[in-house]
Amino acid sequence: MTKGYSGKSVDEIGVDAIRRGEVSPEDVRIHPETLERQARVAEAHGNPQLALNFRRAAELTHLPEADIMRLYESLRPHRSTAGELRDIAEELRTKGAHLNAALFTEAADIYERRGLLRK
Amino acid sequence: MGAFLRPSRFAVTIGDRMAMIVRVRAPCPPQRDPSDDKTNSSLLEDLAMRDDPTRPIGRFRFMNSQSVNLDGFATPAPELGLVAFQGPGDPVPSIKVADGRVIEMDGRGEDEFDAIDAFVARYCIDIAIAAQAMAIDSLEFARRLVNPEIPREELVRLAAGMTPAKLAEVLSLLNAAELVMAMTKLRARRTPSNQAHVTNRSDDPLLLAADAATAAAFGFREIETTVPVLADAPSNAVAVTIGAAVASPGMLVQCSVEEATELDLGMRGLVSYAETVSLYGTEQIFVDGDDTPWSKAFLTSAYASRGIKMRVTSGGGAEALMGGAERCSMFYLESRCVALARAIGAQGVQNGGIDSAAVAGSVPGGVRSLMAENVMVMLRNLEACTGNDALMSESDVRRTSRTHPIFIAGSDFICSGFGSIQRYDNMFGPSQWNSEDIDDFLAMQRDWGVDGGLKTAPEPEVAALRARATEAVCAVYRWLGLGDFTPRWAAQAVDAAGSKDVDAADLMLPMNASRTIMDTGITMLDVIAALAENGFDVEAERCLDMLKARVVGDYLQTAAIFDEEMNVLSLVTDPNRYSGPGTGYRPPDWRQGEIDNIRQQMSVADLRAEQFGHRSSKIRVAGSAEAVHDPRDVVVGVSPATGRDIWQTLSGLPVTDVIDELLAGLEEEGCIGRVVRFNRSIDLGMIGLGAARLSGSGIGIGLQAKGTALIHRRDLVTLANLELYSVAPTISRDHYRLMGINAGRHAKGMTPEPVRNPYSDEAIEARYHTRVVSLVAIERSCCADLEPESLEIER
Repeated sequence: MTKGYSGKSVDEIGVDAIRRGEVSPEDVRIHPETLERQARVAEAHGNPQLALNFRRAAELTHLPEADIMRLYESLRPHRSTAGELRDIAEELRTKGAHLNAALFTEAADIYERRGLLRK
Repeated sequence: MGAFLRPSRFAVTIGDRMAMIVRVRAPCPPQRDPSDDKTNSSLLEDLAMRDDPTRPIGRFRFMNSQSVNLDGFATPAPELGLVAFQGPGDPVPSIKVADGRVIEMDGRGEDEFDAIDAFVARYCIDIAIAAQAMAIDSLEFARRLVNPEIPREELVRLAAGMTPAKLAEVLSLLNAAELVMAMTKLRARRTPSNQAHVTNRSDDPLLLAADAATAAAFGFREIETTVPVLADAPSNAVAVTIGAAVASPGMLVQCSVEEATELDLGMRGLVSYAETVSLYGTEQIFVDGDDTPWSKAFLTSAYASRGIKMRVTSGGGAEALMGGAERCSMFYLESRCVALARAIGAQGVQNGGIDSAAVAGSVPGGVRSLMAENVMVMLRNLEACTGNDALMSESDVRRTSRTHPIFIAGSDFICSGFGSIQRYDNMFGPSQWNSEDIDDFLAMQRDWGVDGGLKTAPEPEVAALRARATEAVCAVYRWLGLGDFTPRWAAQAVDAAGSKDVDAADLMLPMNASRTIMDTGITMLDVIAALAENGFDVEAERCLDMLKARVVGDYLQTAAIFDEEMNVLSLVTDPNRYSGPGTGYRPPDWRQGEIDNIRQQMSVADLRAEQFGHRSSKIRVAGSAEAVHDPRDVVVGVSPATGRDIWQTLSGLPVTDVIDELLAGLEEEGCIGRVVRFNRSIDLGMIGLGAARLSGSGIGIGLQAKGTALIHRRDLVTLANLELYSVAPTISRDHYRLMGINAGRHAKGMTPEPVRNPYSDEAIEARYHTRVVSLVAIERSCCADLEPESLEIER
């Protein structure tokens, strides 16, 4: 049995329930535990990078879509100062999103060296 | 295809420069001094006296007018990156690992790493294996790639420790045939597949749905749509998803637009995968594309966080096209992109030039480098969506040549966008393969016994699917308040070959529908409910199954597609374990049947039935045939099936009309023709000679029911006739009349000018040989040990 982000089993979701308005988007959204399981499958098939991606994704399941879009925007070139990137990393760490936080910390260093920070 | 992320501003500004570099070089007229060559001087003077001495001779005017000469061919310009392999800026492969990290890669120390180097060094390279892998001689490793004894897993494991420069060096050593072997062995998924573009000029939702259903019916498992008008994107996503669901479960659908919109559509469940996530091989161009490796890595995880399949886009030539190749070869820069794709955790890559395929195609070895890019993706253990996307040549020969090795090797997706719609409706621009090529592609599959992902779709089935797809979209749009379609519009969309056939389309509807989708927060759950409320239960279930698939997540694994029973086929569930003949992917019997049984094929029984439809009562047996002594007598000998099982010649004439013309021609010359059927042989020489021997004049005409005819004389040997019409499909009524006239003249002792066979440059043999085989078989079945019989023809 696989459960959606809401915890409801996907097997319980049918067209009739959707017609009755009893299914929410959270019911048909992937659960972080599922992504962890997929990460283990990817590792077993010679792709630790794909596994890492799934684990970063598992962290992001807890963020609302608008936040995800905002974070993505902040990582694009010349959008953020090093301080802003480090602040976001800290914010992510407090939410338990350590792998994503690492991306922001690394970006702060590299962007500084390569001139990719906001001017 | 990644049209959106290949920023058009670059294509425009750099385009002029490219045009100057790669424009077709007009062939120069011969520069000569007549005194150089005395022996040919008079000829040269004649040439020089042509009206326009700068005008090339006819042979070259003719050659210059061929379509291949519309293509641009560039003299390699390595400084501009206009070179396939081994650019002056390509580094020598190297690696140094210390303190658990890469401190030097491909000649650069970590302090000099640009953003791409830094990300690749940190995330892509498996430092546990790097030293061992980099120490393997490149030629030795290249040989392992084509050695069926060495398993894919072993090669993938070692390649994980190799740098971009190392893999570029290795793969540049494979020739074309070796690339086919390597691709056969290295692709991730065992079962090949294909992707379709479904778009149109007006973003017409009904036509999109009908064409999506059609693409699914033809076997495509992924559909990519895009928009000419960005604001129409949500409507397109809904229409294509519904149309695809009408035709098949498990259809993956993508709407290629700018990153934020594409992600939003995915999160709403309106599309099921993404591909417009572009990578570039130099830092400058990467940043010009408004991203960094870190932002792309984050975006990749954003897609996965909502259970959405995603692959990235790259492709050799992009950096040269944008004027930022940094003196590196296209292939080396692509090697950096592929390493980065693996590093950011994408499960797959579409490459092989993509929008810049024509740039790679313009230089020597460029087409080979495009295929080598795909093999590199496979060697990095990623899904390969292998280009054959943007049209890279005006020449049908060249574009087929570019695709063919990949087609026979098989890839995860042969085309990363087969234009399943009209060229003019393809909003990515015309594809390498388009709707006019679907039957060609099916015939190629059948010729080689190859699974290119397509199957024959019977016309009645496609007609029904198109009708249902338009009905479903009409119902859902009405239900959700997205728009109303007129019956005339719907009828046109069902029948249309392209948007030019749908003049009833309202161009504002998709935009208004899209605005409503966005403003009211419509998701796939609403679409499913609307489908179910309007009686489209099967489609509602199929759309729901795709939502559930995103919760389960198995299709996030490398190279995943769904088969028509919703099983995930991927690196995990359907791994390619090719290890020589008899292994790897062999189409199962049911699939081979789909490949073999194209709708155009005809059997002897089909042809018999067709001939039966042309039968006539005008031919009757009158009795036995006797020799006569009248010098005006000319016998028209006909073959055993004439008037029995064959009634129409290959040129489409009723055989009675042919006989009629022959007799009329004889009569014009004052001769008397009579018709005799020879039953013992189907050999035209024997029939003609037999006719001549029965005739009072000693002249006979031989006619096979399929239309081949000759004039014979009783004293000649079988194979030496007087005149022969050998190409039956091109012979007209008038020709048969002339043959009758000439036979009459021969009978009178004259020597008429032979009638020449009509000439055609059409592929006569391709068109008719299958029919000839069947007609000859029918003739053979009518052969019997019976005396010649006199026939009466009603005229």
